[in-house]
Order: sequence, then C-alpha cells, then structure tokens
Amino acid sequence: MVPTTYYIALSAIVFSIGIIGVLVRRNAIVMFLSIELMLNAANLAFVAFARQLASIDGQVIVFFVMTVAAAEAAVGLAIIIAVFRHRATINADELRLLRW
Amino acid sequence: MGFVLFFILAALMVGAAAGVVLCRHPVRSAMCLVMTLFVMAVFFIFLDADFVAALQVVVYAGAIMVVFLFVIMLLNLQGDPDPRRARGGFVALGLSVLFALVLLYLLKGVGALLPGPGMATDVPAGFGSTETVGLRLFTHYLLQFEITGLLMLASVIGAVVLAKRRIG
Repeated sequence: MVPTTYYIALSAIVFSIGIIGVLVRRNAIVMFLSIELMLNAANLAFVAFARQLASIDGQVIVFFVMTVAAAEAAVGLAIIIAVFRHRATINADELRLLRW
Repeated sequence: MGFVLFFILAALMVGAAAGVVLCRHPVRSAMCLVMTLFVMAVFFIFLDADFVAALQVVVYAGAIMVVFLFVIMLLNLQGDPDPRRARGGFVALGLSVLFALVLLYLLKGVGALLPGPGMATDVPAGFGSTETVGLRLFTHYLLQFEITGLLMLASVIGAVVLAKRRIG
C-alpha cells in the first residue's frame, strides 16, 4: 500500500508546476490551464486524506472544487473572449490598463 | 497499488503537468492537461474514490476541457515564444522549487499527524461509491449544494453577459 504522504508529495509537486505555469507563461489561457492544474493537485490531496481517514467528506469537497472550477472556467474564458475582442491579444504583458 | 505502478503513473503525471507549462501551442498544453486529468482519475480509483474518478473524466476532462479547447480554437492563437526563455523564468522556477521544498518539508509534520504508519487498510464497504457520496452530499452538505447551484447560475449569466456584450 502506498503511504498517504507519497500522494501528498505528488500533489505538492503538481501544485508547484502549476505555480510555475502561472508565473512564467504570459498567455492568459495557459495561465488558466495552470490554475486548473493547481485545483487538481488540491483535489488529489483531498482524496488521499479522505482515504487515509476513511471519511467521505474529502470526496464531497472535491465535488465542490470541481463545481467552482467549472464556474471559474466559464467566467474566465468569457472574460478572455471579451478582452481578445477589445485588444486582439491575450498576452498578459500587454494588458496593463490596471497596472501602476 | 504497488510502488512501481505508483511511480510510473506519478512520473507520467508530472511529465504531462510539465508539458502544460512547456508546450508552446495552447492546444498542446490543453491536451497535456487532459492527460494529467486522466492519470489523476486513475489515482482516484486507486484511492477508492470511484464516483469522483468518473466525475473527473466526464466533467473535467470532458466538459471543462472542451470549453477550453473551444475558446483556444475560436481565438485561433498562434504559438507563444519559447516558455523556457521567458523573462523572469529562472526567478519563477526558483520560487516554485522553494515553495515545493517548503511543502515537502511541511509534509514531514503531516506524516507525523496521520494515524498509523500508512493508509487506513479497511474502509467501509461502498466507500466512494455514488451512493455514499450522494448521501453525504444531500444530507450533511445540502445547504452548500444549494449555494453551489446559485454559483453555477451566476457564472452562467455572467459568462453570457460578458461574451455577448459588444465592447467599444
């Protein structure tokens, strides 16, 4: 049986890769994909702990995380489409209206 | 689940996750993420989370990723410059590795908190089935479930308003 800590370590590594993606990539859609990566890493930790503690609550939380991810994707992609229409780019470096 | 299988799948998942960050074309990044999601679903099955694994494949890899691909193809984006030469890439890499190390260091404390040396060997029968998760969801988490419905409604309305409005 693989210990829970291995799963949590894997989750931490995938989460960090997601952070790299958000920090390095300037394409708004790829940044979104990296955020999904981080949400999934959190899901893996939830499911691993649910299995460890033999409690179903962790899996219910994963259900809620998926709903939030779906809502976030819908609104986020709509924002990306609106920005692309307005500026013809989704490069995060060129969207500097709110930057001081 | 044997250690060998775990490490093969873990390597596959980390590789696919790295592909999300390293691929120049957004469609390839999205396909790498789909791969990650599928391997994650396999892990969920090994962790006795059957319903969540099915949800992962159907909702995440199916519905959400299709929306992503749809938008990527709708915008018809060209490939990005090579992410390995991105400005500030090394700083980001250093910070993320540091973050990962801190997380892994904290894990030692977590391992000490967990009861027993490893995974609980016996889970109740039907653990992680649709019935068990649904029962918990519609009794103990009913209010949260309703609020989730409200959130979905708000996001659908918001997405339609944002995408339909003519700007400028």
